[in-house]
Amino acid sequence: MSAAGTLARPTSPGCDRPVLRERGQHEVFCGLTGIVWLHRKIQDAFFLIVGSRTCAHLMQSAAGVMIFAEPRFATAIIEERDLAGLADMHDELDRVVTQLLERRPDIKLLFLVGSCPSEVIKLDLSRAAERLSQKTLPQTRILAYTGSGIETTFTQGEDSCLNALVPLMPTTQEKNLLIAGTIADVVEDQFRTLFTAMGITNVGFLPARRAGALPPIGPNTQLLLAQPFLGETLKALEARGATRIDAPFPFGAEGSELWFRATAKAFGIPQERVTPIIDAPRERARRAVARHRDTLDGKSIFFFPDSQLEIPLARFLARELGMRPIEVGTPYLHRGILGADIDLLPDAVLSEGQDVDRQLARCRAEKPDLTVCGLGLANPLEAEGLRTKWSIELVFSPVHGFEQAGDLAELFARPLERTARLRV
Amino acid sequence: MQLTLWTYEGPPHVGAMRIVTAMRGMHYVLHAPQGDTYADLLFTMIERRNQRPPVTYTTFQARDLGGDTAELFQRAARDAYETFKPQAMIVGASCTGELIQDDPAGLASALNLPIPVIPLELPSYQKKENWGAAETFYRIVRALVQPKQARPDTRPLCNILGPCALGFRHRDDLKEIKALLADLGIAINVVAPEGASPADIASLADADFNIVLYPEIAGAAAEFLKKQFGQPFTKTIPIGVNATREFIAEICALAGLPVPAETNASRLPWYSRSVDSTYLTGKRVFIFGDATHALAMARVAREEIGFTVCGLGTYTREYAREVRAAAADLGVAPLISDDYLEIEKAIIAAQPELVLGTQMERHIAKRLGLPCAVISAPVHVQDFPARFSPVMGFEGANVLFDNLVHPLMMGLEEHLLGLFRDDFEFNDQAAPSHLGPSKQAQPDTPPDFTGWTVEAEQELKKIPFFVRGKARRNTETFARERGLASISVETLYDAKAHFGR
Repeated sequence: MSAAGTLARPTSPGCDRPVLRERGQHEVFCGLTGIVWLHRKIQDAFFLIVGSRTCAHLMQSAAGVMIFAEPRFATAIIEERDLAGLADMHDELDRVVTQLLERRPDIKLLFLVGSCPSEVIKLDLSRAAERLSQKTLPQTRILAYTGSGIETTFTQGEDSCLNALVPLMPTTQEKNLLIAGTIADVVEDQFRTLFTAMGITNVGFLPARRAGALPPIGPNTQLLLAQPFLGETLKALEARGATRIDAPFPFGAEGSELWFRATAKAFGIPQERVTPIIDAPRERARRAVARHRDTLDGKSIFFFPDSQLEIPLARFLARELGMRPIEVGTPYLHRGILGADIDLLPDAVLSEGQDVDRQLARCRAEKPDLTVCGLGLANPLEAEGLRTKWSIELVFSPVHGFEQAGDLAELFARPLERTARLRV
Repeated sequence: MQLTLWTYEGPPHVGAMRIVTAMRGMHYVLHAPQGDTYADLLFTMIERRNQRPPVTYTTFQARDLGGDTAELFQRAARDAYETFKPQAMIVGASCTGELIQDDPAGLASALNLPIPVIPLELPSYQKKENWGAAETFYRIVRALVQPKQARPDTRPLCNILGPCALGFRHRDDLKEIKALLADLGIAINVVAPEGASPADIASLADADFNIVLYPEIAGAAAEFLKKQFGQPFTKTIPIGVNATREFIAEICALAGLPVPAETNASRLPWYSRSVDSTYLTGKRVFIFGDATHALAMARVAREEIGFTVCGLGTYTREYAREVRAAAADLGVAPLISDDYLEIEKAIIAAQPELVLGTQMERHIAKRLGLPCAVISAPVHVQDFPARFSPVMGFEGANVLFDNLVHPLMMGLEEHLLGLFRDDFEFNDQAAPSHLGPSKQAQPDTPPDFTGWTVEAEQELKKIPFFVRGKARRNTETFARERGLASISVETLYDAKAHFGR
């Protein structure tokens, strides 16, 4: 499409970098995809998409391989008779929810997830959730959020989901630390251990592993984002009194160190007390990352927009592995959240939004050593001779924190090492 | 509203994508939100295609809905034409695009593009992927086909219709059928949709007859060509030795050729007759898939391998009648459903020893600890093997013999289990060797019949684990039917005698 890219100069302090804004065909997943990891994270939650056959098909295709056990997500497929008014859609939804809860009485939290079709026909799922909750509480709470592709891009689905959970968080006056954004359980445990060693013992995670175990929040809550795509959730948490700690995201040795130090500062913990705690894991992270430096040093990298993790990842790759970001695309650039990362990012084109054909043309012209892109583009680009890294793996793997820094570097090194290895 | 865990078919516009992606020189402009672009990965990842599908999505967003989404569509169509220079274009809407009622057909025609633009009406809330593929192929054929041209060559000439993108073994079936036709001395005019350009479609009428390999995809187009140009088409699906022979006879009749003596015969008949295969006799198989493959496999299973078909079903409602007839012939209840949970229930009830199904049934079978072979779409990356692996023709019959037999325990292995039931290495707790190290043995049904005597329970444990669940259920049914309060060792063997085949 021909929507012209424009170079705009944002005026906000700290990020006076031009951003290439594009409108055109977006080659990105919708927010429903977040269910793939959210349903594994919140272990007693079920996600019911109210949508079309396309939504159901997307979910099983995006999940890559089907999950062996019966999944905790499903689709209530809207049919012709629902649209024609032959069936009352709210009655139908009641029936489907009843059927579902009869089959899965273990479910404590049911999300009704809005989709493109349900948004376009203006099906009010929040109201439906409230009405249904009256019947199903206290056994099951029902909430609604949208994962529709006309409103959310890929990871924004998680933002939308967590935003729906915020009103349910209990209130506290205590000083506590809240970490928002889905991270692997193992990473959560590592973070908790380090914070405890620093003297921060009152730590909560959003989302929690159990629906009933939401962390408390209040005016003395210090908020640390673990994921950059949580703009709406951030607003809601701030409205509940939380204060955000500004820090780069915890990718790599440097990012993780800055993240922990910023938190210590917010809690009034002297930095010299932090040093002995993070020295050992940071050195481990540096050593693990350094193993991949030979492969990645000096190599150019091009990011197609996908998860909003692109800027922090480019920062990590540039500063700790010596890679040269050419273009860093993101579906949505939240300067408030990413300011600290942008400040550390070397010169590169920052692009927001997408016109996929134009971006492909730029990518081909640049011939980057590594291209980070979605599953639809990866094999075609490989066939053209470009090395690629599927971006979805960056969301589905434990990559945060010191102990995962080496794994994160390896995800980018592997395609290049593979090329060096193959003689066929 | 229908509660769905997994789907056997995608929406109809994915069917349309399967057609254009298979063809050359075509482009599809789809009025759809950004999330619908996931469909590209079906082709680039599952099928490992090395090009993006020729599809432009308008990717409208919520903020566009108040404005001019129609203009967005027109811009997308115009740009797609400029960028990709297709020889023909199809236009339509996905499920969400359908709801905003922008009329892609009218909008595209107003652009006056210098190529044929074929509008598609694919009702997303009624129809599904295969229907969408068939309808799209039919619309393309109808729009582009030209009257028959006279040709000097008098050799019989045919079209092969049906092979397309994301088809189950279409690539290899096509190669096998082409070789078969070459042996018969029949020339091929056009293969479509796979590899066909709009110009190829234009010349479809030149052929003497059509070979329909996948009626789910090409049935509607073949009917149209028959009505329009009097082109007959084949009805036999050449899966299995017998069906391949009938297929050859049918083609020879259409081509006016004598049926040649078989030179390139399959190994299947001899392999099936060799004594090693005795253990296959009467093995209970449950078959589920698209109608074409389910029907063909039922025949192969029964006639050519000597299995007992204990369940037959399809998710292809369009061919429910044929499947019902075949099921009646086999003496089983037909299962016409796309409800994964219902199919799982039917499989449990049928107590098969082998499941022939789709990737979905593979999961069900895994969970039940049953061997399984995949015989139909929906496809998975594993259904595009690197090696030549057709299911059609005589080579396809060879492949089927292997695929249907290898998941089973081999004859002697089964006997050894029967002889040495308490073997410390190969017993209930050990995983069946062919299902991989992580597989658990088939779980025993929880005893809903409480009247088992200690001795009978002991005896039951001596039965090999892979049939124990079935033995337990059969014995309990037997006892219940006779109003027995308890199950003794006697009852166990009475039931065995009663149900034994």
